[in-house]
Amino acid sequence: MHLNKVSLEARGISLAYGSTEVLKNLDLKIEPGEFFALLGPSGSGKSTLLRLIAGFNQHQKGELLIDGKDITGTPPHLRNVGMVFQNYALWPHMSVWDNVAFGLVERREARDAIKRKVGEALALVGLQQFAQRRPSQLSGGQQQRVALARTIVIEPKLLLLDEPLSNLDKNLRVQMRDELKNLQRTLGLTTIFVTHDQEEAMTTADRMAVLDKGVLQQVGKAVELFDFPANRFVAGFVGTANLLEGQVRQVSAGGVDFDATGVGRLVLPAAAGQAPQAGPATLAFRPHSVDIRPRDAHVDALRNWLDGHVVSSEFLGETSRYRVKVGEALIVANQRHYAGRSLFQPGEEVRLGIESSQLRLLVQ
Amino acid sequence: MGWGPWLLAGVVLAFLGLFLLVPVGLVIYTAFVTETGAPTLGHFANFFGQALLLESFWNSLYVALASVFFASLIAIPLAYLTVRFEFRGALLIQTLGVLPLIMPPFVGAVALQLIFGRSGSVNLLLNDWFGFTVPIMDGLVGVTFVESIHYFPFILLNLVAAMRNIDGAMEESAMNLGAKGWRLFWRVIFPLSLPGYLAGAALVFVKVFDDLGTPLVMGVTNMLAPQAYLRITSVGIEDPLGYVISVIMIVFSLLALWMAARMMKGKDYSTLQKGGNSLQRRQLRGWESVLAYGWVVFVLLVTLAPHIGILLMSFARVWSFSVLPDSYTLAHYATVFTDARLMIYNTLKYCLLAAGLDVLLGTAIAYLIYRTQLPARQWLDYLASIALAIPGLVLAIGYLRMFKGVNLPFTDTPVVTTWVLIMIAYAVRRLPYALRSCMAALQQVHISLEEAANSLGAGQIGTARRIMVPLMMGGILAGFVTSFITAAVELSATILLTSSQSQAPMSYGIYLFMQSIAGRGPGAALGVIAVAVVALGTYLSHRVIERSREPVRVATA
Repeated sequence: MHLNKVSLEARGISLAYGSTEVLKNLDLKIEPGEFFALLGPSGSGKSTLLRLIAGFNQHQKGELLIDGKDITGTPPHLRNVGMVFQNYALWPHMSVWDNVAFGLVERREARDAIKRKVGEALALVGLQQFAQRRPSQLSGGQQQRVALARTIVIEPKLLLLDEPLSNLDKNLRVQMRDELKNLQRTLGLTTIFVTHDQEEAMTTADRMAVLDKGVLQQVGKAVELFDFPANRFVAGFVGTANLLEGQVRQVSAGGVDFDATGVGRLVLPAAAGQAPQAGPATLAFRPHSVDIRPRDAHVDALRNWLDGHVVSSEFLGETSRYRVKVGEALIVANQRHYAGRSLFQPGEEVRLGIESSQLRLLVQ
Repeated sequence: MGWGPWLLAGVVLAFLGLFLLVPVGLVIYTAFVTETGAPTLGHFANFFGQALLLESFWNSLYVALASVFFASLIAIPLAYLTVRFEFRGALLIQTLGVLPLIMPPFVGAVALQLIFGRSGSVNLLLNDWFGFTVPIMDGLVGVTFVESIHYFPFILLNLVAAMRNIDGAMEESAMNLGAKGWRLFWRVIFPLSLPGYLAGAALVFVKVFDDLGTPLVMGVTNMLAPQAYLRITSVGIEDPLGYVISVIMIVFSLLALWMAARMMKGKDYSTLQKGGNSLQRRQLRGWESVLAYGWVVFVLLVTLAPHIGILLMSFARVWSFSVLPDSYTLAHYATVFTDARLMIYNTLKYCLLAAGLDVLLGTAIAYLIYRTQLPARQWLDYLASIALAIPGLVLAIGYLRMFKGVNLPFTDTPVVTTWVLIMIAYAVRRLPYALRSCMAALQQVHISLEEAANSLGAGQIGTARRIMVPLMMGGILAGFVTSFITAAVELSATILLTSSQSQAPMSYGIYLFMQSIAGRGPGAALGVIAVAVVALGTYLSHRVIERSREPVRVATA
């Protein structure tokens, strides 16, 4: 199978249904051969963007370029962009073989070529022996593979996957995730997939874009988004985060002074890049960078220490998760667990140590 | 969106305009103008000034309302029994729901005459045993009796569907809050099933009010439809009173359907949730069981009477003033197959063509409504559905008026003498049913199935041909069969549009045979054949619907 690697670029794309804006002035560039995730909650516009690339939706403003050529206005059947639907959309009145051959028949390819290509595609997803079955006789995972084979057999420029794993049960999901990844690596096909599951996006994609309310929030590698979220939404959506509202009081060479509303003062190390302005801001940090200790424990200067009391505790196995009331805020702290470690009880007075280097100041 | 949808919509609109809107509009127009074309209400004054016509009007109204009443009396207990109780007879009731529908009422009327008539089997027996008779087949009472028996399934089927859709939790929460027994039924179950009941009742009213064949066959002429027919056939197509009657019939049909729609507006009570339970069923107690079976068997016997009657009649050498025929023969069938072979052929020809036309139009309209963004596309559905309120008689009058003096292009044959008009009348009148079927079928096809084809390189036409239509096929076939079987027994348009013996279909043949005593045997034989055709069609469409229900969905759903 011979596939060209293409790039996709969106320039200032806007789409509205009547007065409802679904996508707002969106700029995005996806590199050739990339496995790219569109991540966002439902209603964020991620599926709309995918359908727009496939040609089922039309944007009112902006340009959509494949390898530098604007495809705005090209009808779906002339785009050569393959899409795997969330419900797979396998045709129940055709056999697996006919499903996969469909696109080739539409392209009026020679009988031999169709036979060879369909065979290859089915072999690629390991379903040669199921060619004569009806889709309804296959399991969910097998249907997913047929849908994939049906799409890649036409050697599309782009592969679009709409929530590809959401219809599978949990174990199968992990297995299919790996298969998808391997397949994409083998083919080197530029692939865009939509998901609302941040874990799925982080484990599968090379890079991802986070969308909310039709606006692109941040684009980058999983680790970048996790470690340096651009705003409150990304911090909360990619992983869990504690968010403290407050004011930047003072910025000096020694560090940044942050006054968290209803909690107290915290000190951040001086930022390497641009220094933050004094004014309202949000402080974000992950639960696992919070150390939880008894109230009378000795403390060091590497952390910001806050006193509070435990509101609730959950034992998750590898970690214990505590919700701790500090002033007016509720802070989530994860503690690594090992056999013999005793758990804090609700109501217990504790001291929280937040690693200063893990504090992130969000101005938006 | 290209020009394709516009062209398609144009063709559909042209058809509906030419064969539904213009003829009906012409009928209404003619009722309100003088011979010189000046507007007038004089024809209506004339109508209400004639004692016979006024009487006919009240009679029609009386028969229609009484039929709704008696049909409800039969149907409501049956519906309640099936939904509410663990009842072995449920299958019997289902059969009951179909049996009357497979026999055209005007055929049933003749058979019922022989069984319940003044000198029919039942009255002969009653007279022998008890010395009295029940004149149930005479005059308006007789028409009401025949119509109630024939049309109660409309109420039964709609009511059962509505009651089945009530979520069991509705009843349980009412019980939880202290309601039970009669009050529970009256305050919760009845109001929730009311929309279904009204839909059925309105349909019964319209069908009875517009029916021409039954009163005609029973010799009752002082009703609206027979009066219109008699005036047009005896006085002529110019007689304004025929048009006045047509307008009154349209108005009352529209009124009934509109009232039902209005009362149901915003009351979609199909509250059944996914995975929810239907109403609780309970066992019948001993005496309840006796009552229930008693009622079901009684209704079944009465409902079966026309079928048995027509069957006996078709084999009877002589059957008059006796409980059962005196001797039997196959001669009537022989007569039918020699004399009426052309009629059977004509019925098949007209009905297959009409049903084909219906599903073509139905599929096209469904496609335009669900798969395109044409402005005001919903109106195609509304326009086609107008046919529901137009009696066949009125449509036929409209055609006769519209094509009066018009010859087929390049020939001397007047349009009104061609069989094509009969076929088109069938198609127009059955279009709403086929359309429902096609629309339901397309609604079940998930749009992603077509989008997938589209993104794999199939254009609009390719997607429709290879994906949409094959997936709709179950619904299309069901629509086809429904159109076919109902057209096969249509009489009211047929009777006016049939201009020569050679183009008469079976329904007209039955009517013609039944006019003379000697023709009753062959008429009955032809009736049996018609019933067999319709029964087979009904069975087939049920099978098709059952089979198509599952795989049309997206495979994973």
